[in-house]
Formats: sequence, structure tokens, C-alpha cells
Amino acid sequence: MTFKTFAIAGLMASTASMAVAQDVRIGMITTLSGGGAGLGIDVRDGFMLAIDQAGRDDIEVIIEDDERAPDRAVQQADRMIQSDDVDIMTGIIWSNLAMAVIPSATAQGVFYLSPNAGPSQLAGRGCHENYFNVAWQNDNLHEAAGAYANTAGYTNSFILAPNYPAGRDALTGYQRMYEGDVASEVYTQLGQTDYAAEISQIRNSGADSVYFFLPGGMGIAFVRQYAEAGVDIPLIGPAFSFDQGILGAVGEAALGVRNTSQWSHDLDNPANVAFVEAFQAEYDRLPSLYASQGFDTANLILSALDVAHPDDADAFREALRAANFDSTRGDFAFGPNHHPIQDIYVREVVMEGDVLTNAIVGTALEDHADAYAGECNM
Amino acid sequence: MSAALLIEQLLNGLQFGVMLFVMAAGLTLIFGVMGLINLAHGSLYMIGAFAAAGAAAYTGSFWLALVAALMAAAIVGAIVEMVVIRRLYDRDHLDQVLATFALILIFSEGTRFVFGSLPLYLDTPSVLSGPTTLPGGIEYSKYRLFIIAVGLAVGAGLYGLIARTRLGIQIRAGEADREMIAALGVDIRKLYTLVFALGAALAGLAGAMIGAIQAVEVGMGEPVLILAFVVIVIGGIGSIKGAFVGALLVGLTDTLGRVLLPQVFGLVMDASSATTVGASLASMSIYILMAGILLFKPSGLFGGTP
Repeated sequence: MTFKTFAIAGLMASTASMAVAQDVRIGMITTLSGGGAGLGIDVRDGFMLAIDQAGRDDIEVIIEDDERAPDRAVQQADRMIQSDDVDIMTGIIWSNLAMAVIPSATAQGVFYLSPNAGPSQLAGRGCHENYFNVAWQNDNLHEAAGAYANTAGYTNSFILAPNYPAGRDALTGYQRMYEGDVASEVYTQLGQTDYAAEISQIRNSGADSVYFFLPGGMGIAFVRQYAEAGVDIPLIGPAFSFDQGILGAVGEAALGVRNTSQWSHDLDNPANVAFVEAFQAEYDRLPSLYASQGFDTANLILSALDVAHPDDADAFREALRAANFDSTRGDFAFGPNHHPIQDIYVREVVMEGDVLTNAIVGTALEDHADAYAGECNM
Repeated sequence: MSAALLIEQLLNGLQFGVMLFVMAAGLTLIFGVMGLINLAHGSLYMIGAFAAAGAAAYTGSFWLALVAALMAAAIVGAIVEMVVIRRLYDRDHLDQVLATFALILIFSEGTRFVFGSLPLYLDTPSVLSGPTTLPGGIEYSKYRLFIIAVGLAVGAGLYGLIARTRLGIQIRAGEADREMIAALGVDIRKLYTLVFALGAALAGLAGAMIGAIQAVEVGMGEPVLILAFVVIVIGGIGSIKGAFVGALLVGLTDTLGRVLLPQVFGLVMDASSATTVGASLASMSIYILMAGILLFKPSGLFGGTP
């Protein structure tokens, strides 16, 4: 390369970097293949719907598939931060991946907005000024289920979850609000698909309600085998086992089950009505809880970008904290640890036409914040 | 625990055991006759479940779905044997493991490509849905009783096939001495394809039956594959009888361990740590069983001398 072309190339490179200086780069690492890919795909689709609707050409979204593997997620995050120079990151579904990626990303000055995972560590002592959770703290939906069990008059619950951190947190969260007795507390293996032994125990337990947290395929298997066994003790669960993506596989066995969620497609506010309609038009399916979370995350980012660029970190952070956007959940505000304060609803699985879906039947908790905010020193 | 609950749990263990047997029988047959370690056996289980879900969605009939699962898994098994597996018989086990592991990845991604990432739905037939009352007032799922019956029928059928038919003689001869049976004029290539397709069909049948009460999703075969390997190691590699006994042992140990261990620990410690410790130990119980058996019978319960 001669000196002249070298100089021109250098000049072009510098003008190019000047041109992108005010652009915003968003790095999204989420699960798009392997087990649990449905969740990541919904978050991505909801997020991109909001970005497309905004019609801004100064926002670049870089999307990577973590395949639910923490080491891959860490590598991709390092590359995004160091080579791609992203300003904002988002997308992670699973708490173990979140714990591997988020603390180091925020320490390097990147803003992280979680569209799903809300591990307690990041809500409490490990909170960070650049970390925002737009979905929920992991315990929230379980706490709401406990509160619902009280109002429904249940006094003897059989509780069930896989034997891993989120499973134990789930049962702790339920019991934080639930005031009745526990007939039995059972931990199953992570990834277990046959629940015959547990269902026999439930049948013989004398409980008046069953609370279970079994995400993904585990929940499908449990609910179907439960219906198959003909046990008539009512089930309560968090939204994850009864959300739109999974209901088709559970089938009619899920009808009538009460589940707790911060969102439902029939929530009657203008932002949500518009979202559900636009999502169906774009992707030809009903949006899920995860899609709504991705959509809200993108709209929160867009609202803050209208105020400041992420390079002006303090102003951008203030704009995020204000949460000045139209959430699909209606009321939405951040608590002192940057986790949501929001209503959590009770939904019931119903048949609408020939599609299984959820309908709101009540509110479990109003303006609910998480239990860890007090431990956060920001 | 009441006697009724104990009997119900024994039935649960039996059902889990016979399902494992249907899966492990093909695996042990393929290893015994061809000396091949087939990690892709779990993929054939998955293919059976997906074929059943697809056929049930199209025809609405569970029984046609079962037939579709058997056919699809057998056809895929035969094709895989002719295209890939045939080249591996003379290689060492590491090459076989690598190649069949590659098959797992290809089948998983291929299935995702065709059916998408979301789990599929396969329903039990209406005659078998819901519980029935057994003598003694025990309520038990009809569908699980059906699985037990099919598993026992498969066991009896395989026994008849191997002990009483010409094909069975060839299979046993193939296990004993591969070169000699070829020298005697038996078309060993055709025999191998047939045995592989039979094993694949059994895996597909297990996948379809279990798919109706669990989730039909990509990756559903691998956890079962691990258990099937435990079963054939306990029973003695290559032995159908060993696979049957091993499968029942594993099924009963796993089910009763999950139920009883937390209660046993509850006698000596407080409730919440007893459930945690009991649940952790229960997930190890079948591996402890395997280690214990291998300590006294290094080649498994019905294995030949190593």
C-alpha cells in the first residue's frame, strides 16, 4: 500500500468513525437455538418489533445466539464490548448466564437491560447503577402466587420445584407470601420428565392446592401427566408453564389452571392493544410474556435515547430510571434497585375459539416491589 | 406410607422400567450383534416422537401415529445404517462415538429445522385417557398401564424372536462369531441393517409412547439415552434378558428412591434439609446401584466373561 492510499484509507476510517459517533449500538445475546430457544426468539421478536416501529436508522442491533451456554455468552459479551463497542446490552434469558455476563459488562461501563432473568444477587447486594431489569425479580411471580393462594382460601399447599437455585428460590418466594400450611415440599431432578411418583404423593397428601415451578418441557410433562392421573386438586403456577409458546404443547390439560403474570395479552391499555395487534400482524402468532418483555425493553431504551446518548452516561441513566415509556403492562416504575414496581395478575387458562390462551381473573399483588431492594447500596 | 400408595409407586417404577427396557433393548441388541456404540439411539427416540406428533396432527389418530413412529424410526435407522454406520464396524469405539455423536447434532438441528423450536403436542387416545380403578381401590392412569402392557409384550416378542426364529438364530450366531456366520453364507450386511432398523423402531416406539405424556421437543432423547446405557451396563452388554432385569431395577430404584429417601432422611434431620439431601441422593441412586453391581459383577448381571 502506498503512502497515498494509506492516507486516504486512514481518512476514510476517521470520517467513518465520526459518522458513527452518535449512532447507538445495542448488543443482544439471547437463546435462539437448543433447549428453551422459544423464549429467546420471543424476546428478540418483541424487541425488534419496537425498534422497527421506531423507524430510527441510527440504531444498530447486533444479535448473537448463546445456545444457553454460559461460556459462549461470556465470549460473545467480551467481543461485543471490546470489538463492536456496544453501548447497551440486553437479551439474556437464564439467570446463570446473566450472572456470568452482567456484572462484568456493567463494570466495563456498558448499560445492561435484562428482558427476563432477574437473579436475587443482582437485585440485592450485587446491584449496579448501569443494570436495569425490565421484567421482574425472579421471586416476584412466586410471591404473587403465594398471595393468590391466601385470597383463594387455600390452607394446605403441596409445593414442588426442581432441585437447583431458581427452584429453591421459587418455593421460598411462594412461602414468603403464603400464610397456610405446607403439606409437603418436594424437590425433583432438573430436567426430569416423568412425575408419576410425585403425582402419586400429591394424590395421597390431602393438600387443597398444588404450587409448582417447572419451566420448559418439565412443566409440559407434569401438567399433562397430572391431568392424565385424574387428580382434582387445583394447580397454581407462575406464568412460565402456561405461556403462549408452551400452551399448545400442554394442550387442554392446562384448561382452568390459575397462573401469575405481570402481563397478559388481554390487558386493556392502549399500548398493549396496539402491541398485540402489531405482533400478530408481523409474526402471525399471539405474543407471549417474553415478547412483551422484549418489546418493553426496546421501548424503554428508545425513550431514554430521546433524552440522551449513552455516552452521556449520567443523563442516559436518569432517563432510563424515569421509565418514561408506554409499557404494555400499563403502570410501570423502577424501584431504588432498578427493578420493576408493578402489578402482578392472576390469569386463567381458557379456550378462545380454538386457541388456548390466558385471561386475567384478578390482581394478586398491586405495585409490588422485590424483597431485596433493601440490600442494594447504589 | 399406606399400602395403596406403595403399590401405586411400584406400578410407577414398573412403568418407567419397561419404557427403559424398550429403549435399551435396541441399544444392547445393536451393541451385542454389531459391536457398535450408538449414541444416536436417543435421536431415533426423538424421531419416533416427532413422527407420531406429526402424524397425529395430520390424521388425528393415536394408533396411526404409533405406526408412523415405528415406520419412521425404522426407515431412518435403516438409511443411517447403510449410509453411515456400515463404515464404522471395523473402526474402534472412539470413532463410533464421534460419528454417532455427530449424528445427534445433525438430527437435533434437522428436527428443529423441520418442526421448529417450540415443543409439539401429542395426545393420548381417548380410550386410554384418565384413571381407572384397580382392585384394592387404587386409582391409576390407564395410559401408564398401557405402556406397561406394551413393554411386557415387546419383551415377550423379543424373547420369542431371538429364541425361536431363524432370524434369532442368526442374531445369536452374529453375536458369537461374526466371521463364521458370514462364511456360512448368511448375508451379514442385510442382517445388520435389519437389526439396526429393529432397534431403531423400538426406540421410536418408546419415543412415541412417552411423547404422549411428556413434551415432544428437540433434545428429549439424550437424558433417556444415558439411562438406557446405565441399564445395559447393569444388565450386561448385549443381553436382552439383562436389559429387561436392568431396566426394572433402574426404574424401581429411581422411583422408590425419589419417594422414600426424603422420608428416610426426615427421620434424622429437619424437613427442609431432608428434602434437599434426599432429592440429591435420589438422583444419584441409580448410579450408586450401577457401581454396586459392577463391583461384584464387572461385566453386568447377565454379561459374559470379559
